[in-house]
Amino acid sequence: MDIFYPIQLFANWLVYSVFSLSSDSVIGSAVNFFIYDSIKIFILLAVIIFAVSFLRTYVSPEKVRKVLAKKFEFLGNMIAATVGIVTPFCSCSAVPLFIGFVESGVPLGVTFSYLIAAPLINEVALAMLWGLFGWKIALLYVASGWIISVVVGFILGKLHLEKHIEEYVFKIKMNQTAETAKIVLKERAKESYRDTKALIKKVFPYVLIGVAIGAFIHGYAPENFLAQIAGKGNLLAVPIAVLLGVPLYSNAAGVIPIVSSLFEKGLPLGTALAFMMSVTALSLPEAIILRKVMKPKLLAIYFGIVALGILFTGYLFNIIM
Amino acid sequence: MNIKILGTGCPNCKRLKENTKIAVNELGVKAEVEEVTDIPKIMSYGVMSTPALVVNEKVVSVGVLSPKEIKKFLE
Repeated sequence: MDIFYPIQLFANWLVYSVFSLSSDSVIGSAVNFFIYDSIKIFILLAVIIFAVSFLRTYVSPEKVRKVLAKKFEFLGNMIAATVGIVTPFCSCSAVPLFIGFVESGVPLGVTFSYLIAAPLINEVALAMLWGLFGWKIALLYVASGWIISVVVGFILGKLHLEKHIEEYVFKIKMNQTAETAKIVLKERAKESYRDTKALIKKVFPYVLIGVAIGAFIHGYAPENFLAQIAGKGNLLAVPIAVLLGVPLYSNAAGVIPIVSSLFEKGLPLGTALAFMMSVTALSLPEAIILRKVMKPKLLAIYFGIVALGILFTGYLFNIIM
Repeated sequence: MNIKILGTGCPNCKRLKENTKIAVNELGVKAEVEEVTDIPKIMSYGVMSTPALVVNEKVVSVGVLSPKEIKKFLE
């Protein structure tokens, strides 16, 4: 039983009875798709963002740093990638976070695992993937994103790139650690509610535009039109998808509905996943901000290896699915 | 009273600054609101996420707050 079935009933009623559009017409099917998907996504966004925000009140970056400062690799990469999923990430926090980790002795590779996972696997992408692709593909995305974060961070750690960090980073001393006041359950819930409201407010125009474009593709684009131009046979499709994703940073909310419709029209899963990962993980503004702490060579190696990891994931799923 | 906004100049930092100014005006307290964008200086306060609000050299909160929430720290 599909728990979203009542939404479908509501969309049917609204489109076919209230708007009197025919269920066989293209416009009817596109409008129905738009209403059904928007309602479903906003419900999922509200539930998932609230759950993640609530969990997040227990894991502050300050606590994470304390745990990761014990110098162990691989296990450290795994923990870093896992906490990266729930912790907030705004690219403006990337620099203080990076310095804070390095200052307390978190290995560089472990820091990278966290830096990759935090934007790559986030609650907005998770809710949208779940709503549009189903929980299996959402889980696949999370699992492959997690593995990329662990493996890429581990490799970067082995390359001993410390000399490519700007020197001033090592001179910074954090002489006091911000103390966090004890909060009670009710306040955690209140804080999560506030975060959820703020985040939904931020993404909602993108979601609506994305779903509208997705609905248009759903209704009007010919079946399988992408299978010919961007099918599995076209080896260039994955790298092109990754490149196209770079300038679309932070718009996972708007991009995922479009990708979901393209997927329905024959875009292979691996290519679709690679594109979405590129949108979330590779971003120009983040690169510019990280330039403050990393020398150009390190920045290039970091983004290069993350891009390779995404490419690999794309090809892998195109081959096995 | 001395109030500092620690932040790298991101949209969230600007919002916190605006809200702080509103809170100061509404309460009518005498306070100067300073913006700290220098990274080593931000880090010396021990915060790893920005923006952060500092009142009289003490970090009181991290993240964007509404003017109403900021008032609590100024009273």
